[in-house]
Parts: sequence; structure tokens; C-alpha cells
Amino acid sequence: MKSKNWIKYLFAYLMLIITLVPFYLMINNSFKTTQLFVKNPFSLPRTFNITNYTTAFQRMRYSRAISNSAIITCISVSLLILTSSMTAYFLVRHNWRINRWLFAALVASMLVPFQAIMIPLVSIYGSLDLLNNKWTLIFMYLGFGQPFAVFVFHGFIKSIPLELEEAALIDGANKLQVFFQVIFPLLRPVIMTVMILDVLWIWNDYLLPSLILLSPAERTLPLSTYSFFNEYSVDYAPLMAGIVMTILPVLVVYVMAQRQIIEGIVKGAIK
Amino acid sequence: MKSTLAKVKWFSIFTGPALIAFLCVMVIPFFYGIYMTFTDWDALADTYQYVGLRNYALVFSDRAFHRQFLVTFRYVISSTILVNIFAFILAWLLTSGIRAQSFLRAGFFTPNLIGGIVLGYIWRFLFANVFTLVGKSLGIEALSTSFLSHPERAVSALIIVTVWQYAGYLMVIYIAGIVSIPKEIEEAASIDGASGLRKLFLITIPLMLPAFVICIFISLSRGFIAYDLNLSLTNGAPYGSTQLAAMYVYQQAFLARRYGLGQAEAMVLFLVVAVATVTQVQLTKRYEVEA
Repeated sequence: MKSKNWIKYLFAYLMLIITLVPFYLMINNSFKTTQLFVKNPFSLPRTFNITNYTTAFQRMRYSRAISNSAIITCISVSLLILTSSMTAYFLVRHNWRINRWLFAALVASMLVPFQAIMIPLVSIYGSLDLLNNKWTLIFMYLGFGQPFAVFVFHGFIKSIPLELEEAALIDGANKLQVFFQVIFPLLRPVIMTVMILDVLWIWNDYLLPSLILLSPAERTLPLSTYSFFNEYSVDYAPLMAGIVMTILPVLVVYVMAQRQIIEGIVKGAIK
Repeated sequence: MKSTLAKVKWFSIFTGPALIAFLCVMVIPFFYGIYMTFTDWDALADTYQYVGLRNYALVFSDRAFHRQFLVTFRYVISSTILVNIFAFILAWLLTSGIRAQSFLRAGFFTPNLIGGIVLGYIWRFLFANVFTLVGKSLGIEALSTSFLSHPERAVSALIIVTVWQYAGYLMVIYIAGIVSIPKEIEEAASIDGASGLRKLFLITIPLMLPAFVICIFISLSRGFIAYDLNLSLTNGAPYGSTQLAAMYVYQQAFLARRYGLGQAEAMVLFLVVAVATVTQVQLTKRYEVEA
């Protein structure tokens, strides 16, 4: 029994090392010069050289990119949560034919891969001259995010007893007041789930923003990482620093809220 | 009359914004896309002509499309099988009373916080610089040249990174599946004298089939649309041998500027994804048992 446990721990920590070693190498080499890096990626840096970081910061237009990413992610996710929870509530509480159709269409659309929509999307919004605009991108996230978010809220709202709302209705509240005063506060755990999944999706998304945001000033973090790598592909050390800076914001949030994030993802998958 | 008006009013207040975004971003482009496949639109000219089913005929006779689809199938099937095996083993390990369980869980999950573009770049450096260095200094022939410069092995590189990333994600779902099995059933099996492995195959796995349905669905559908990792890790190189379906569609449409043909390929991709995932869910659901 004892020997079996020993193997278990060995295997688990070996797998953990394989999972995390790429991150260690990346951080380690972000402080070295490119020559030292190429010679031996495993050696520790002799001095904590931060010139790689200043180089990457300027070439990636880091402050611009991170604020673009933050603005787009915050606004998209907030609007998405608001509109999808209202829609889900309405679809659950009113068993009308149009609502059943709408719900069926939303569920079916989850099977459609983004690539099947990408070309007409670019050609329609391009001909309307709406490309290269943050707000177009936010509007698109609002559309692409609906099916999953409505689906998750729908599943949760179904389990909320109707009696809770009836008391408010008797007091003369209208539908909007009932939703915001009674239902919305109860949704907190599901809001967390939708928020975590959609923040990770939008923050890391590359393909859609690469089609919409064409000018360098509008670039989000994944876009600026991509162009940085294409333009300076031989100078490894600053590239590593650029990657560390791209990952850092997400990693900091993860370390603080690791448990909630993983639980949120489980709930989203089981629904 | 008044009640109909009230109905319309509340319907538009509650579902209006979501419905408009959904229609403009998904529904209209989807049907417009179907229409595009019957034209020879090249994105530059103002006029285009109906070509009937010619684009679909071209798709099926295009050698490069066939090759690229075979590569995609190889990538999707291998990564789906491997990632689910690893994820399940990790989940089983972590629920077997190991210490520091939540620390390990958080560690394995970490790669999933990061987008495919960045992960691809990290691994490109690992394959090109670190592995080759290790291979040369230890005298391992297979590692001393970069995985990424060899057509077959570059596809393996894509599979390796995908498994490395998603194992921790699916593990989290498998853990939830294992934890949801009632303790009494397992205890009853132990009393009846079932050993660890017998319990695993006769009790644990059958009772957590829903988790398998979800995990296989996720790995299949993500595999078919993989793009970011493909772009940053191999960018189709060497010689387009690692171009997956999504990247091929992108190139047809935006680099070769053949909108009609590219969209026809995208529709074929959509049908393959839909058929594969729906069949998978139907097949695995059939074996589900109630606890």
C-alpha cells in the first residue's frame, strides 16, 4: 500500500513539472540576453536584466494594448451578462411559441463553428464600413456570446420557484422591477460562471479581433503579441519578456481567485 | 389588443438587445454565407455570378483540401483520445486521497488561462531551442532536430501542445464527475470484494459517462476549429503540411481572396463538426446509466 502511494505522488508531481516547466523557462529567460539564452535556456540569469521588459513594453505598445483589451473585455462581458440573463428569464417565464423557437435557435447555433460565419461577417461589416472599430467588435462579442450565456442562465432560472416573484407582483412591481429586485440578485453564482468563461474567451481571443481591428492603435494584447513576434522573430529574449507581460494580468487574478475560477468552469461545463 | 401590445413591449425590452445582436452577428451572416457559396465572389470585384454548385464540386476535387482534411482528422482524433486519457488519469489520481489536491488541480489547470497564440510561441521556443539542445547534449537522435521542421512530427507537435493544454481543463470536469458518484455505491462494491481496477471499470466509469460525453464533445469541437495555436506554433509549415481546416479556410478567403470557395469549405467544415459532435453525443448517451 505504501509503495503504491509513492508511485502516485511521483507521477502527479512529474506531470505537474511538465505542465509548469514551460512557464519557468519563459520567466527565467526573460531576464537574460539572447546570446546567453540560446547557449543554455536552463541556466539562471546572472543579473536581473530588465532591458528586455522595457524593449518589449515599447515595441508591443503595451499600455495601449492592455487598455484596449481591458475596455473591450469589460464592456462586452458586462453587456453580455445583462442582456443574456434578461433574455433567459423571459424565455423561462413565458412559454410562448416565439420564445420556444428563439431558445431552439440559440441552442442550435452553438454547433456552428466561428469559421462558418467569419467570411460573410467580414464582408457584410466591411461593406457597411464598420471595421476597425472597438464598438463593432463589442457588438459581435455580444452576439457570439449569447447562445452559451442564455443557455446557462436558462438552466439556473428554471430552478427558481415562482412564488418568490408573486409576492413582488402583488406589491405592484412590473416585470423589470421583479427581474432586477428579485431574480438578478439570486443569479450571482451563475453570473460568476458566465463572467469567468467569457473574460477568458474575450481576453485571449485572436481570430475575431484580427479580422475587425486593423490599425495598430486598436490592437488588443493577443494581436500585439502576434505582430511583435512577426517583426522581431530573431531577438528571443525581449519576446519572452513580452509573453510574460501578456500572461501576467491573468496569472495574478488566477492566483487570487483560483478556487472560484475552477468551480465556475465546472458549473459551466456541467450545465 | 392591449395585451398583445403589452406582450410585444415586454418581449422587446427583455430580449430585444440580445436578439438584435444574435441576428446581426450569427443568423444573418450564416444564411448570407450559404448564399455566398453559390457565387464566384472574389472580394475585389463589384459584380459576381451565380455558379450553382460549382464551388462545392471544386471543394471535393481539390487535392490540397483533401490533404488538409486528413491532417485535421489526424490532429482531432489523436488529440481527443490522448487528452481524455490524460485528463481522466489526472482526475482519478487527484481524487484518490492524494495530499495538496487543490494545489495540484490549480497547477494542471494553469495552461488554460492563456490564449493559443501565446502558448504556441512558448512551445515554438521549446521545440526549436530547448528540445534540440537537450537532444544534442544527451545524444538523442530524435530530439536533436526540431520537431517543427519535419512534416509528420510538426503535426505531433500540435497534438502534444493541445494535450498539454486541455488535459488540465478536462481533468477539472472529470473530477466533478467522480466526486458526484455516491459514496455508498463504492463502499458496497468494496464490501463485495471489488478491487481498485474492477471498481474503476465497473462502477466509476459507467456512472460518470455524462462527464465523458461533455469532455469528448469539448475536445472534438475545439479540435476542428483550432486556429490560434496552429498559426503561432507552425503557421502551416513545413510546406503547408500542418495546415488545419480552419487555417485553410482563412487562407482561401482572405489571402487567396476566394470568398465563395472559402465559404463552401467553411460549410463543409460546419457539416463535419455538426455530424461528428451530434453522433458522438448520441452514441455515448446510449450507454448512460442512472446511479
